[in-house]
Amino acid sequence: MSLIELADIARTFQLGDSTVQALRSISLNIATGEYVAIMGPSGSGKSTLLNLLGLLDRPDAGTYRLEGRDVTTLSPEEQARVRSERIGFVFQSFHLVPRLTAHDNIELPMVLAGIAPVERKRRVQQALEEYGLTERARHRPDQLSGGQRQRVAIARATVMHPAVILADEPTGNLDRTTGEEVVRLLEGLNAEGVTLVMVTHDQVLGGRARRQLSMEDGAIVHDSALPG
Amino acid sequence: MRLIDSLRFARAAAFGTPLRTTLLILSMAIGVAAVVMLTALGDGARRFVMGEFSAIGSNLVIVLPGRSETRGFNPANLVTSTPRDLTVEDAAVLLRVPGVVRIAPLIIGTSEINASGHLREAMLVGTNTDFIAVRHLKLALGRPLARDELGHGSAEVVLGALIREEIFGSESPLGKTVRIGDRRLRVVGVLAAGGQGMGMTTDELLIVPVATAQAMFNTNTLFRILIEARSREQIGQVKTRVLKMITQRHDGEEDVTVITQDAVLQTFDKILRVLTLGVFGIAVISLAVAGILVMNVMLVSVTQRTSEIGLLKALGARAATIRNTFLLEAGLLSLLGACAGLGFGHLGAALLRHFYPSFPAYPPDWAVLAGFVTALATGLVFGVMPANRAARMDAVQALSNR
Repeated sequence: MSLIELADIARTFQLGDSTVQALRSISLNIATGEYVAIMGPSGSGKSTLLNLLGLLDRPDAGTYRLEGRDVTTLSPEEQARVRSERIGFVFQSFHLVPRLTAHDNIELPMVLAGIAPVERKRRVQQALEEYGLTERARHRPDQLSGGQRQRVAIARATVMHPAVILADEPTGNLDRTTGEEVVRLLEGLNAEGVTLVMVTHDQVLGGRARRQLSMEDGAIVHDSALPG
Repeated sequence: MRLIDSLRFARAAAFGTPLRTTLLILSMAIGVAAVVMLTALGDGARRFVMGEFSAIGSNLVIVLPGRSETRGFNPANLVTSTPRDLTVEDAAVLLRVPGVVRIAPLIIGTSEINASGHLREAMLVGTNTDFIAVRHLKLALGRPLARDELGHGSAEVVLGALIREEIFGSESPLGKTVRIGDRRLRVVGVLAAGGQGMGMTTDELLIVPVATAQAMFNTNTLFRILIEARSREQIGQVKTRVLKMITQRHDGEEDVTVITQDAVLQTFDKILRVLTLGVFGIAVISLAVAGILVMNVMLVSVTQRTSEIGLLKALGARAATIRNTFLLEAGLLSLLGACAGLGFGHLGAALLRHFYPSFPAYPPDWAVLAGFVTALATGLVFGVMPANRAARMDAVQALSNR
């Protein structure tokens, strides 16, 4: 069964009096455990697609099924719940809350979900150990290196055990060595069975994925999983 | 999101910007402190005036000659046109009215006192031995006037503190003879300094027996009769009985006015309560201003934390959760401001009492409570708009804002 099923998804933006077709009739299936890279020039609609997959944006047309359930018709409250439980985000600019420590940033999704403090503590400790951040638990983001920040962000994305991780240029703000480290972490998660969808315009990075999607002008022009 | 977590999150957010938070708390605190201080002043004024009036003597009923109220047509008015004198005999009879403890008849005029080469004009009061007790005055030296059962008047005088000092200096005046008008009187007592009330100081008073004063001024009528009732509850009854008694003695004509200190007191009480309410209203305006400041600060906060709001949405925060955290933050700031304001206000009132010990500047409880509640309420009301703005923010746009 597919984890993600997109059928005829379209999204338009109104910019002044001109209409921009960000996505035109996208149909796409992603199976559980896949490792997908979405590539393309800027403005090709890859970020919009990722936002749609993450339920941060709504399509103007088409249906989106996540784990067999139509999520386009859900209320904002129900969508928030799906984001909380099934989706993990990793951003290019990390998006850590500056006044919170590494520990508290990792804990945040569980705090928002109302998980009991004892359970939270256990899971944060575990995540800190897994990502080699135990020493840095009490540091705020401005006291951390770029690689450490992204590791905190990845720990935060995985702490709710999501079905899919959506990464938007996760190495964009990192140097090559640290970027490599972060990608290996994400690939490690994928190896454990988490579906990974990554937006990048780095050909080398994209090439590491088992499946590549190329986008241009709001449409998928190449899918390595499809013949031809 | 659990309430305790929301609180912790709001607290961390509020103190993420210490300067702005401090300024906001300060402005809220000034508003609340203004309420506390101004109402302390207003209510202090009320207590002060009440205290001054009570110093005249407690449970007082005062009789004055002549009618000061109109009661429509009365045939008695046609028969007699001149009011009868209020006499010493009237006063003496009033002592038999139930509920009356003491009475003091009063004649007031000015006269000259002449002794040991000094000449001075002074206020002369003709009264009896009970005057000092009725008016709650204190003697520094000697004794009050002798009890004058027959009403012939004795040649005695009690001096005010200032008169004594100006004429006799540090020398004891007791037993000395002074000349007042054309009479020679013996000094039997001196009043303690600082007596106040009824718009005059008792330091410049000469107190002589009422009969003596009547003879000096060649008059039969009294200026006032002061009556002390046994208790506060009996003031009303005493007032009616006194009026009835005097009307009876004056051939059924109601030609005197009886006032109670209570009525005067209540009028002042009412006026000053309204005044306190007025200054409370003015102070509350500053609270409303502080509320607008809360809105301003929260709006800035929402704008600055746009990308954080986007993140919270991406992490699965519901709109209600985001709204609540911002509301809680506004509430928290208002609460801190209100508490600080109560502290400042009480401190200010305490300082006021320290520097003006005679002025009882205590804020009334209702004002303190209302100020506190208003501060919290304005903070929350003005926090609603920014909180809603945060909750409604578009996640994608918020995230791309850096």
